[in-house]
Amino acid sequence: MSPFLFWIFAVLTVVFGAAVVLNRNPVASALSLVVSFLGLSALFMSLDAFFVGIIQVLVYAGAVMVLFLFIIMLLDIHAEERRRINWLAAVGGLGVAVILLVQICVVIGHFRGARQTFPLLAGSTTDDVWNIGRLLFTNYNLPFQIIGVLVLVATIGVVLLSRREPR
Amino acid sequence: MITLGDYLVVSAILFTIGLAGVMLRRNLIVILMSLELMLNAANLSLVAFSRFRVGANGLPDYNAQVFVFFVITVAAAEVAVGLALLVALYRARQTTDVGDITTLKF
Repeated sequence: MSPFLFWIFAVLTVVFGAAVVLNRNPVASALSLVVSFLGLSALFMSLDAFFVGIIQVLVYAGAVMVLFLFIIMLLDIHAEERRRINWLAAVGGLGVAVILLVQICVVIGHFRGARQTFPLLAGSTTDDVWNIGRLLFTNYNLPFQIIGVLVLVATIGVVLLSRREPR
Repeated sequence: MITLGDYLVVSAILFTIGLAGVMLRRNLIVILMSLELMLNAANLSLVAFSRFRVGANGLPDYNAQVFVFFVITVAAAEVAVGLALLVALYRARQTTDVGDITTLKF
């Protein structure tokens, strides 16, 4: 991956991620989130993680975003009207976020590995689905089945939550 | 050349944007989207470390990518339940603004 492409996709991801928070209209936020996730998927592929990049597009840009847009449409949410900003809360929230960012950057600065480039790969990563699947069904078999139960519980919970109360 | 630190800094910025969104925005749908941003920032650093730690067979460490798979699954389940709660809340209160939901406020 050339540095040029990395910076294009990194800037794309961060700018549209910021647009999610800054947009006043929820539909614009949701569409910015799609672009941000597509940029993130390109970053995954630049790290030779093709399977993760593909499921990022399929699950997030496909399924999750349709869910968000469907709910926005269903509830008929319009852009928020301008209300008086509570400046104390806004400055406090932004301050905590900036302090966290500075802290993480200091930690990365003290980490020696962060200044090294990525080592070259000896094998081919085009069969990473096979490698991930093998790990999933051997070392991580129990967590995989627990995740299956979690998805089942979530499905039943969603049906139960969105059911109308019988009169 | 692109170093590991570049990916980690992008991940940190993305996480901070998500955190700021959760704390500053008042619309519950946008708060859920910001949560997704934070989870994906964690995924980016996991994949970067996976590529950084090349094993003896010359392939990336796939354990981290299995974790990313788990995180994506849990995030999808969390969004589904969160949006169902949102719909139930909207039916009861006709609002998605966190400032209007004060029943449990001390």
